[in-house]
Order: sequence, then structure tokens, then C-alpha cells
Amino acid sequence: MSARRPPEPIGPYVIGWAVLLLLLGLSVLAAYQPIGPVFQPIVHFGIAATQAAIVFILFMKLRGRPSLKWVFAAAGFFWLIFLFGLATVDYATRSGFPLQ
Amino acid sequence: MFSGRLQEQYTDSAQQAETAQLGMWVFIATEVMFFGALIFSYMIYRVAYPEQFRLAGHETFILLGSVNQALLITSSLTMVLAVRAAKADQQRALVLLLAATAALGLTFLGVKGYEYAQDVAAHSVPVADYIFKPGEHRPTEIFWCFYFIATGLHAIHLSIGIILVLMLTVRAAQGAFSPEYDAPLEVIGLYWSFVDTVWFFLFACIYPLGRAGP
Amino acid sequence: MSAVTAEVPLSYLSEAHTLSSWLFTRDHKRIAILFFISITFFFFIGGFAAALIRLQLLNPAGTLLQPEVYNRVFTMHGIVMVWFFLIPSIPATLGNFLLPLQIGARDLAFPRLNLFSWYLFTFSGLWAIYFIFIGGDDTGWTFYEPYSSNFANGHVIAAAVAVFINGFSTIATALNFVVSTHRLRAPGMTWFRLPLFVWAIYATSIVMLLATPVLAMTLALVAIERLWGVGIFNPALGGDPLLFQHMFWFYSHPAVYIMVLPAMGVVSELVSCFARRPVFGYKGMCYALISIAIIGFFVWGHHMFTAGISLTSAVFFSLMSFIVAVPSAIKVFNWTATLHNARISFDAPMLYALGFVGLFTIGGLTGLVLATLSADIHLQDTYFVIAHFHFIMVGGTVSAYFGGLHYWWPKITGKRYPEMWARYAAILTFVGFNFTFLPQFILGYLGMPRRYYTYAPDLQTWNVLSSAGASILAVAYVLPLIYLTWSLFHGKRAGANPWGATGLEWRTSSPPPKQNFPRTPLVTEKPYRYDPRDGSYITQDGLRFGEADV
Repeated sequence: MSARRPPEPIGPYVIGWAVLLLLLGLSVLAAYQPIGPVFQPIVHFGIAATQAAIVFILFMKLRGRPSLKWVFAAAGFFWLIFLFGLATVDYATRSGFPLQ
Repeated sequence: MFSGRLQEQYTDSAQQAETAQLGMWVFIATEVMFFGALIFSYMIYRVAYPEQFRLAGHETFILLGSVNQALLITSSLTMVLAVRAAKADQQRALVLLLAATAALGLTFLGVKGYEYAQDVAAHSVPVADYIFKPGEHRPTEIFWCFYFIATGLHAIHLSIGIILVLMLTVRAAQGAFSPEYDAPLEVIGLYWSFVDTVWFFLFACIYPLGRAGP
Repeated sequence: MSAVTAEVPLSYLSEAHTLSSWLFTRDHKRIAILFFISITFFFFIGGFAAALIRLQLLNPAGTLLQPEVYNRVFTMHGIVMVWFFLIPSIPATLGNFLLPLQIGARDLAFPRLNLFSWYLFTFSGLWAIYFIFIGGDDTGWTFYEPYSSNFANGHVIAAAVAVFINGFSTIATALNFVVSTHRLRAPGMTWFRLPLFVWAIYATSIVMLLATPVLAMTLALVAIERLWGVGIFNPALGGDPLLFQHMFWFYSHPAVYIMVLPAMGVVSELVSCFARRPVFGYKGMCYALISIAIIGFFVWGHHMFTAGISLTSAVFFSLMSFIVAVPSAIKVFNWTATLHNARISFDAPMLYALGFVGLFTIGGLTGLVLATLSADIHLQDTYFVIAHFHFIMVGGTVSAYFGGLHYWWPKITGKRYPEMWARYAAILTFVGFNFTFLPQFILGYLGMPRRYYTYAPDLQTWNVLSSAGASILAVAYVLPLIYLTWSLFHGKRAGANPWGATGLEWRTSSPPPKQNFPRTPLVTEKPYRYDPRDGSYITQDGLRFGEADV
């Protein structure tokens, strides 16, 4: 016979789902606000990052004690900082770009 | 497939299951670098041609994109609830939730296909069939290039996920999963939620542009 | 009653002989051999291309190859050697065979993924052969934009597809290695009891996982650009060609560390065994491997100094390129310290290892010359660069690969190779290599550009010297093919530990049984526990190994 454990509470998942949808709504709303070209990407990517964090922590279960999974989960995002950052040094200080 | 047999290099099935999850997290890290490289090149051009990207972004279909995001968010919920059902030995709920996940994914693809048809009708296909809207120049085609590449690659990843979830559904209907053996559900669930996550970032790149005043 | 002749113990080789037992195997040892066969094939294809290049360059008016064809030949040489030989060489053959043995496991974490990795590699290899067969392309292995998208005459997309699929093979193998090292180490095998070869393969795998996906995306963009002419990297359409270079080199510089880190791991194993000494500064060696892997991601702009990046970023990348040399230098110092006053036996593996240390040092020092901004203005895209990276890739990695192949040959095949022939081949390799590539430093300094089918007539002497050296090198590389194959049929049977070396792989039979160890090992000792007085090694079970075991 299979072991029957009581199912874990469904509440957190449903709340997470609702918050994700709310954040989607927020993102759409923000698209129509005149927040300027500097803040726009910050707001929208910030919302995307928050949604990602909710999915990673709640749905993909990166909870509890810090573990090796956390390291690998963060590794890609962390490493992108080097691609973005070091290439940006060139783009920020180069005079010939953009070309048109 | 998905038999749960203990392989000889593992001491017990808990170690085997946990190692499989770690493997999926490592794979996810490589996918973050893959899509991250694409978003990086997009951001370079967005900063270089802000006005052109705003004009191009205005032509995207934010309603369809939002509907799709809602579908994926819901599918992440059904997937994690499916894993929950397996752990609680609720076999019927497991099969239904897996089927729902696949169905939501297929619906996403359907909406995406419809959106592509709308993009074609609006002459937004770079080089092949592109009509410059007022004020647009060549860099808008770079935006649309990015749009088709990013959403196309995402759709490919999602399709692979749908196939995997359908395979899980069939095996679940055969009673393959139990509280003792749910490793494939966990691992594919991770992949599924990651494909959902990619869409959050693609949405931020594609849809919000050009809808507000400066 | 027992038979008169000694029974051959059941091993991973003898337990099944059918073709399908090989093509559908899940045994990491058999998969290693499958990879070995594949990469040896590509080594000789890439080598054939090199022979054509050196033959063409014997004479500045050489007419062996038309200019167009010459461009395709050096492109083929680069693509085949980088992706179909060097990158898989040590990891997919020696790494696959030895990692589970050295950590005390029965197999890798995901055996089916391991087999799939070989299928992916073979599929990408078939694409590469198809690409060569239909005429190749002329972009160089670096696919520079906008030439590769808009102007190249050749099959750029076929090349990109072959490399793209190859990348998945790399990622699959690396994923397996990383997860296995974390989760399948035997009881008592802590991180700082691991052999340095395992550390090196682990560091390599981290680099493979983080860098290769960026290459995949870059090549996908090149293919899309070429197919649809969209302007991602085309300045006429608003694109930036340097964006391609940033993304390409973000992968391709770490790629050279993918190629050299495993070699460093092999050299540590060889030096400690044949000097009968623990490697000097074991923890420093571990940290150096990890440092090289990480800092190697911050230097890619040094390939772009003359391409038009800003001076600010050039200065930054130059500085980082100097810094990355430090951990490499630490490794060279530590190998030297290991050798100092040691009782060295000059078996073939040791000869290859010594060759590595010397040639890698020269290669590394010339890298610093190229990292110097002012010098690079003159030396970029000359034969100085070619000499620099061949010293590391060929003088370094290929030497270490051959050294490791010889060292672990008894373990893999259960046979001894003929030692004198192997020593001749090792020395011939060293001589041939130096004759081939030392003149190329001079040629670069004198201004001979790379990727040209001709050169100024007064440079001919050095070119002839280089080509002559290449012919010696070719013989040196063919020799092992002959005597190693011979040893499979006529070599003496090897015992479990013919070198008297430390490491779990030597604690099981040669060749090992399919499940690697009869009982899961329990590890209680540090690595490289050679007795400092006489170089002997006593295992934790009390077995004593001297200079050599019967």
C-alpha cells in the first residue's frame, strides 16, 4: 500500500498564482503610464524578476536551508552580469555606436 | 520510460531522485545563459535605438501576450498541484492536473499562432514582409527580429515541455507514480516552471514598449 | 579444477562483444572509448588540413591550393580541431573513463545522458563531414560578421549547425560531470581528497556549462542573419559587428580554458606519479584551477583590441588578461616544485608531462606579450598569435592528452604499450613541435599575417623550417596510432597498478569490471600519499606499491 500523507496546503500555491496574475496586471498598467524611457525597463524587468522569484521559490521549491540547488539556480543569472556588464563597458565608452 | 528503477551508482532512490533534480537545475542554468545572451543583444539595440524600438513595440499585441502569460502562470499552478497530488497519492487528480497543464500549454501555442498570423497581417515580418510605419527605419526590423527569434525559441522549448507532460500524463494514467516515486514529475515540473519564467522576461522586452507618452 | 592457463577476469570489455552492446551501452568506460574513436578520426582530418596548409606555405608562390580553397582549408582546420578534437579530447575520453573511478562511483549520475552526448557528438560530426564534403566555408573558425552572413562564399549555415549540435553534446557531458562530482563521491571522499584531475574536469565542466549556451545563441543569430538578411550584425542595416565578437568571444575565450584545464589536471597526475611525490601545494592547485575558470570569463576583449572597442574597455581586458596568468603561473611553479629533487622516472607519460610544462610556459608568456595593448597593435592577426595558441593547444593540451593516454592505457585496455617506442614518439613530438611553431613567433614578429595563402618572399626560410617541423610532428602523432593498436593485440597484460600510483582507479583491475569496484571504496587518505623517503605508496589496506607493480 502506498503511504498516504496528508497533502501539503494548497493555499500558498493559489496565493502565489494570484500574485503572479496581479503582477501581470501591474505590468500591463505600467505600460500605459508615462514613466519615461529610463524607468520603464526598470519597472517591467523588476516585475518580471519578482515574478521569477515567486516561481523559483514557491513553485520550484527553492525554500528551506540554502543548498547546492540555490547555487545553480542563481549561477546563470549571476554569470549574465559579467556578459552584460563587461560588454556594456565597451558600449558606454565607445564613440562610434550607434551607427545610424 | 519513467520506471523508477534504482540504478547501481545510487545508494537509494531518494539519492537518485534528488540527483535528478540537481541535474535539471544545472540544465536550467545553461538555459538562463542561452536566453540571457539573446536578451543581452536585444538590450544593446534597445538602448541604441530607443525611439525606433518604442515605435516597433507599439505594434505588438499586448492583449494576446498578456493572455498567454496568464495561461502559463496557471499552467505552473496546475503542474505544481500535480506534483502535490502525486505525493498525496491522489491518482485521479494527478492525471487531470497533468492533462490541464498540457492543455494550457497547447492553448498558449494556439494563441501564439494566432498572434503570429496577426503580425503577418500587420506586415511586421522583417525583410520578408515588412512595411515601415510612420517614423520607422531599419532598427525596427531588429526589434521584430528579436521578437520572432525569442518567441520562436520559447515556443520550441514549450513544445518540448508539452510533449514531456503528455508522456507523464499517459504514465500517470497507468499508475506509474506514487508518493514513493514522483521524481519525473518534480524534474519536468522544474523545466515547465522555468519555461514560464522565461516568458516573464520576454514579455517585459516585447509588449510594454511604446504605449505611453514619453 | 582451475584451468592451466590463467583465466581472463570478466571486465567491461569482455562482458559483451556485440555491436549493439557498444552502441547502446550505458557504461561510461565504453562511452569513453566511443568518444576516443570519434575524436581520433577528427584529429586526423584536422591534421590533414594542417598538412595542406604547411605544404602550401612552403613557397610564397605556392599553387597547391587556390586562395579560395586555402581559406576553406584553414577554416576546416580550425573548426574540426577546436570543436571536434580539442574540446572533447580529454574530458570526453579520459574524463568519462576516469571520473567515476577516481571519485569511487559505479558510473556517472546520468548514464543514458552520457550515451546521448555521444550520439549528439556523432550527429554533429556527420554534419561536419557533410559540411566539408560540400566544400566547407571560408570565414575562419571565428565566423566574423558581417562577412559570414552577407559576403562569405560557402556553407556557413552548415558549419553553424554542426557546431551548434556539438555544443549540446558538450553541455550534456559537463552537466553529468558536475552533478556526479557533487553527488556520487564514495564515502570519505571529501573535496580535498579528490585527485587534481577530478578538480580540473569539474572546473572545465563549469566553464562548459556557462559559456557554451552563449555560443549556441550567437551561431543561431548568424544563421538567421544569413538566411534572412535581417541586420542583427550588419552595420548597413543598423547592426553592430562588434556585438557578434563580444558574444562569440564571451564563449570562445573560456573555450580555450575548456581546452587547457583538463590538460593541467592530467599533468598533475603524471608529475606526481613519475616524481613519486605529492603535488606541491595541492590546495593552491585546486584554487588555481577554479580561479582560471572564473577569471577566464573576464578577458574576452583581448581578441578585439584592434577591432574598434573603446580604449577604456581595452585597458580593462588587458589588465584582466594579465591577472588570469597568475593562477596559471602558480600551477607551473607548483609542478616545478614537485619535480625539484624528486626521484623522476622518464617514462613516456612523464616525457609528455615535462613537454607540457615547458611548452605551456612559453605559450603563456607569449600570451602576456599579446595582452600588452601596444604590442598587440603590431602582433594581432599575425603568426605570433598562431604560435602562441598552438604552443598552448598543441604543445600543451595535445601533449597532456597523449601523456594521459599512455598513463591510463594499461587501465583502459589491460595491456602495456611498448615503452621505448613511446619514449621515441614523445621526444619526436617535442622536437617536431618546436621546429614547427617556434619559427612562427619570428614570422609574426616580422609581420606575416595569418590566414593568408602567401607571404613576403624574404620570410620563406622560416616557413620552410616550420613546414619541415610539421612533417616530423606528423610522424610523431602517427607512431602512437601504430604501436598503441599493436599493443591491443600483442602488448603484455597489465596488472592493477603498473605504475604504483595513488588514486582509486588503480585499486581495481585492469581493465576494470563493468561496475568499477567489487565493493564501494571507503576513502580515508589524502591524495598522492607517496612516502617522501622512497616514493613508495602504501594503501590504507596495507598494500605496498614501489616504483612499479608486477
